[in-house]
Amino acid sequence: MTRILLVEDSVTMRGFVRGALLAGSPTLELDIVEAENGFDALRLLPRGPYDLVITDINMPNINGLELLSFIRKSDQHRDTPVLLISTQSSDKDRRRALELGANDYLAKPFTAVALQEAAQRQLERAR
Amino acid sequence: MDATDKAREEFHAEAQEIIETFGRNLLALESTLKSGADDPALVNEAFRAVHTLKGLAGLFGALRMGALSHRLEDVLDHLRLGRMPLDDTVLDVLFSAVDAYQQLLLSERQGLQEPLTVVDDLVERLGQLASGAGAAGDLTAEYEIDTGLLAVLTEYEEHRLRTNVEQGLRLYRLRVQFELATIDKALEEMKTRAKKHGEIITYLPTGEASSPDSIELDLLMASRDDLATLIGTLGADNVVIEEVPRRAYGAHSMPPARSMVPEPPGAIEAGEGADAVEGAARSIARTVRVDIRKLDHLMNIVGELTIVRGVLARLAERVRSDGNRALGTELGRVHRSFERRLTELQGAILEVRMVPLGQVFDRLARAVRQISREVDKEIRLVITGSDTEIDKLIVEELSDPLMHMIRNAIDHGIETHSVRASVGKPSAGTIALNAYQKGNHVMIEVEDDGAGIDELALVEHAVRAGKLSPTDASDLSRPDVLGLIFLPGVTTRDVAGSYSGRGVGMDVVKTNIAKIGGVIDVQSEMGIGTKMTITLPITLAIVSALIIELADQTLAIPMAAVSEAIVFEPNRVRIVDGKETLSLRGVTLPLCRLERLLQFPPAREPRRRFVVVASIAQRRLGLLVDHLVGQQDIVIKPLGSTLTRVRGFAGASELGDQRVALVLDAGSILEEVLAPTEVGLSVAEGHG
Repeated sequence: MTRILLVEDSVTMRGFVRGALLAGSPTLELDIVEAENGFDALRLLPRGPYDLVITDINMPNINGLELLSFIRKSDQHRDTPVLLISTQSSDKDRRRALELGANDYLAKPFTAVALQEAAQRQLERAR
Repeated sequence: MDATDKAREEFHAEAQEIIETFGRNLLALESTLKSGADDPALVNEAFRAVHTLKGLAGLFGALRMGALSHRLEDVLDHLRLGRMPLDDTVLDVLFSAVDAYQQLLLSERQGLQEPLTVVDDLVERLGQLASGAGAAGDLTAEYEIDTGLLAVLTEYEEHRLRTNVEQGLRLYRLRVQFELATIDKALEEMKTRAKKHGEIITYLPTGEASSPDSIELDLLMASRDDLATLIGTLGADNVVIEEVPRRAYGAHSMPPARSMVPEPPGAIEAGEGADAVEGAARSIARTVRVDIRKLDHLMNIVGELTIVRGVLARLAERVRSDGNRALGTELGRVHRSFERRLTELQGAILEVRMVPLGQVFDRLARAVRQISREVDKEIRLVITGSDTEIDKLIVEELSDPLMHMIRNAIDHGIETHSVRASVGKPSAGTIALNAYQKGNHVMIEVEDDGAGIDELALVEHAVRAGKLSPTDASDLSRPDVLGLIFLPGVTTRDVAGSYSGRGVGMDVVKTNIAKIGGVIDVQSEMGIGTKMTITLPITLAIVSALIIELADQTLAIPMAAVSEAIVFEPNRVRIVDGKETLSLRGVTLPLCRLERLLQFPPAREPRRRFVVVASIAQRRLGLLVDHLVGQQDIVIKPLGSTLTRVRGFAGASELGDQRVALVLDAGSILEEVLAPTEVGLSVAEGHG
């Protein structure tokens, strides 16, 4: 069972990501845990480990970069691959994400296939 | 509905919500701007809303919405990063975006691909706005801020930091321990307290919590106040505050900071108790979107359960009267317990259907802004009671009638600047939009301090339009005169200017309000203003009703419209103006022989009959009926399409013992019988 933590404040976007991931891995059994903001993510992280964290950057209160920084500092999760998704037009934010240890960065809107491939790459690398 | 349709529907619902939030946001921005204040968080929220919309639009191939969001995002980005000042011109463009979104969403829902010039124009204007923006300055590196903190700043947060530093504010670092379970609320409280002193720029979880259930956040805050003041307000056992020192000039060496590069991998610790909760939390998103039809279905089930409850009560009664007291008592207890739970269930479902009226009021506030500009009148909109809750279905139907009433109040009620000045009124006209709950009803008032309605001109117009005979006109009471504005065909177009008319489609407003079980009343004083009051039921789903029998038929009258029932004494009937009336505690009560109004076939009348006193708002009417059966909660079902034209009925309801009752539409019956003119009285008139 592969466990993925999905952090995203838009319910539609969560639905899309979930759908795309499930469609992309008919053989792999996926358990996708959803959090609608950074706080939910902090509450769900101790219930890990997760094989992959997918998080939005722009969220109220704790943003995706802060969550990423927390994950990299945590003993339990520091090696968990993190895939950032954002419409962030700012190159600075993108660079910062990679500097902070994001494993990949997907700009919205992305296709289901692009997401499946990005997720698959991270899952295989970690294996 | 397949999965794609469902996702698309969800997209539309979420987009609608975001657009409404965005509109609310702009209104808040405008009022802070007017008060001379500055709330950067509001601009950032607006940015985030549009940003999310852009993402969703991209996902669903909504190209126009995507293009609009993209341009809008650029402008908002400039605004939040301080590259462009926020003024009225910019706000106007932003407000027009809300309307453009609504149109886009509408055509998107209908699957239309037609070009919308409004949107294209707007995209163009936004592009021009964005190109005029200046560039941002550089971040001052004068403070010894932990690089770990600096590294997680988004571009926006970096801008806020820079702005605060440029304004000479001090920086503080707050280390705060939160309980994970209550962090959302606790942080909100902290933000509210901090707002008086400055701005919290970023929140970084440190990963050094004191227990597994808590979390430590590193907050970076900018403030005008000194450390002691901040400790006074924000200090607590779980908070450590320190000032971020300024770097000495020339010394540019960075203080040693925790590395932001991942440390070499250690053994992965399986979190304690991780196995126990494995898979337990699929999702902890705490809200779900529910189609209102599903709630209707639930309500129907509850309705059917009330029938079971009735059967249970009768069974208990029968068993008891058959002599089996023990079993009867037992059954009675089951019945009561069932009844209690059912009431709770009913209440809970009703609560889910309730939404605050604020949803509609926000839309109206935007409209007022728009219309007052179009007609060049200054309008102050005062809203109270926007948290008053009402059934979702009613809210949906309220928007149009209220919009109409507001439009009328601005067009015809509020005078022009010069007229207001000449009569000594303040130059800004006031429109008050008040909502409150009153018993089982929700009242909505639209009140203006405009010219009021010229009653003489109104009567004259109604007579000329053939709605009223000159003799009847002289007999009308004041409320009846004002009621004329609700007659179809009484429009202001031909008398515009001769009286401050409100006739523009007020009959339509009234019909629409009646459709959701409401009534509308009007009060007006020349030169002082006009007040329209809408009385609405809180919910349409389930009502308590009085069950009566008349001419061998069973009927239900919603209790909300029933004030009392009395024994009918034929010798006390008086004929006033050719109509039957009763005197009830000194007040004259018009009497209605329902069987004639509803054209029931003649049946034998019982010796003793009853009068049900129906009242809605200020109107009262005595309904003559044969028997009172009792009170019961009913679910009103719409009549089949062939019956929908039958006036006087709101629907039908199953009563349990295989009986079906027609539900009287008390509002329309009161209207018909008490209407001030002969229009619409075809049935009731002539029997008095």
